[in-house]
Amino acid sequence: MTPFTTHTGIVAALPRVNVDTDQIIPKQFLKRVERTGFGPALFHDWRYRADGSPDPAFELNQPRAAGASVLIAGPNFGCGSSREHAPWALGEYGFRAILSESFADIFYANCCQNGLLPVRLTPAEMTELFQRHAAAPGPYHLTVDLERCEVRDDAGFRASFNMDAYRRASLLEGLDEIGLTLQLEPEIAAYERRRAALAARYAS
Amino acid sequence: MPARTLFDKVWDAHVVHQVAGGGPALLYVDLHLVHEVTSPQAFEGLRLAGRRVRRPDLTLATVDHNVPTGDRSLPIADLVSRRQVELLLENARDYGIELYDLASPAQGIVHVIGPELGATQPGMTIVCGDSHTSTHGAFGALAFGIGTSDVEHVLATQTVLFQKPKTLEARFHGLPGRGVGAKDLILALIGQIGTAGATGHVIEYTGPAIRALSMEGRMTICNMSIEAGARAGMIAPDETTFAYLMGRLKAPAGRAWTAAVDRWSLLVSDPDARYDRRVDINVGGIAPQVTWGTSPGMVTGIDGAVPEPASFTSPAEQEAARRALAYMGLEPGRPLEGTPVQRVFIGSCTNARIDDLREAARVVRGRRVAAGVRAMVVPGSMAVKAQAEREGLDLVFREAGFEWRNAGCSMCLGMNPDILAGGERCASTSNRNFEGRQGKGGRTHLLSPAMAAAAAVTGCLTDVRKLEPAGEAILVG
Ligand code: SF4
Repeated sequence: MTPFTTHTGIVAALPRVNVDTDQIIPKQFLKRVERTGFGPALFHDWRYRADGSPDPAFELNQPRAAGASVLIAGPNFGCGSSREHAPWALGEYGFRAILSESFADIFYANCCQNGLLPVRLTPAEMTELFQRHAAAPGPYHLTVDLERCEVRDDAGFRASFNMDAYRRASLLEGLDEIGLTLQLEPEIAAYERRRAALAARYAS
Repeated sequence: MPARTLFDKVWDAHVVHQVAGGGPALLYVDLHLVHEVTSPQAFEGLRLAGRRVRRPDLTLATVDHNVPTGDRSLPIADLVSRRQVELLLENARDYGIELYDLASPAQGIVHVIGPELGATQPGMTIVCGDSHTSTHGAFGALAFGIGTSDVEHVLATQTVLFQKPKTLEARFHGLPGRGVGAKDLILALIGQIGTAGATGHVIEYTGPAIRALSMEGRMTICNMSIEAGARAGMIAPDETTFAYLMGRLKAPAGRAWTAAVDRWSLLVSDPDARYDRRVDINVGGIAPQVTWGTSPGMVTGIDGAVPEPASFTSPAEQEAARRALAYMGLEPGRPLEGTPVQRVFIGSCTNARIDDLREAARVVRGRRVAAGVRAMVVPGSMAVKAQAEREGLDLVFREAGFEWRNAGCSMCLGMNPDILAGGERCASTSNRNFEGRQGKGGRTHLLSPAMAAAAAVTGCLTDVRKLEPAGEAILVG
């Protein structure tokens, strides 16, 4: 997994509620059998007009969002389908961190699996960030620091966030989760022996 | 031992390892369901790392999302879809996984065939790379959707890392009125608590209205747990559950059956068990439900009106409502009843089981699909299709002018050729009314099979209770 320690980048704002993974990556792009190639299709139906040209009204197409790598989003971001293609698409587009007051559970887990940091802030902090973003004359930058569990800008904004210790450590070190679990082989095998013994007892 | 909920009991029985310091638990997986869309990258990862599938015997695969629902004797016309289906065939063969392919009489939507085969059983942990895995919780299993990285993790280790969720009891008081069924109950709950209302929780559904439901109805309820934000929903098993499972292909038989029922009967929440939260729903006051927006929580009774965006509290919700109404082409304040539809879809893992088709057929019998409406029935599995044909339901639908198709996800997500055109309005028994879900620009109204049938024969959103002359067959069992 790609490690995440600290990242500073341009902010794009998507202040919509309940953005679902069908919008993040529409179904017609789920036919790929690779983990790559999804970036150009990110937010496809919002991002492009019928003739295929970028829709200037869409938040990510605005000039100040060019090169954005930090997304600030409305609540319940990533709801709906479990498709991991959604974080793949966001990551390939260039996002490294997503900030919201809440995420859907499966999406949150999928982001962590891909080194895309989901950060939960309070509603008041999110409101503040949306305001600072809107008020900035040019591109607005944020630093997302997983080592200190902190989000900050260079004009005095500072907010801390929580992440469970296991996920945080995996992200900081970019650990191979399957490799780690395989080290627990004796415990898995012991569980399977108990399970088989129970099954045998019920069958007799 | 302290009092435990149904969820606690299943959870405790599956912890292989607990990460210290409040971290996730490593849970053993009893059944891993696999389909063609979310698995190719997982198998590829496995192959690259030189890993094997630990328990192919606990893994079961089917093709459903991509498959055409028309003529099965033809190759899949869309080459990319075909490649994805073929790749699952190859992977299943290479790793020794049982597969229900297009030629199998048991093929169907993964969440329909698991229970139908008797593979889904009380007390199990079940995962699948699909958010509607919550469906299987209807049997008292702990079943939840996972992403592709976790699919690979389960293939390689037969375990999954999972942060212990909180519990929420959704207690349904009273019994539903005429024309109100499982779909209406779950839509009403989502309307009440919102699409993020149960995030971080597992819902246990309780109360007399839940007990009275068939297994099909219970699956409809648990299926949409994810639409309330919950990764899993559960219903304690009882005689209805056991009667459904008895004699099924993969269910225990003989002495093992008796032992299994004894064990499953213990899978209830202890009387003094505590949930982290509780929500109460008064069933008697629920009218048949229909969504008006682009999120399952944007829902109201068919006797209601399209809401005014200003009636929502937060500015973000008001903006979301305005966007949704613009997308849906609806005017605030107008009654929903009477809104014309061009398409009707009876299908999906929410509502394409035999009971759902019976419910729709009861409304359709002796009537015709309204002029200008294209209506289709897509059974959830080939077994449901065969059963419906034995009961003559296919004739009821066909004679009325419905298309009668083969099993698959079909227009629930429109990965196959079954899609809405821009601006087309559809009465759909599926589970998501997201923008573009059923086709770019398509407008989806979620409702029950009976309500979908009523829309088909009248050509507009209709209160099914008004359609049936008084004294005729009860609409929903
Ligand atoms: S029927 Fe729809 S919701 Fe169910 S598994 Fe298929 S695509 Fe997903």
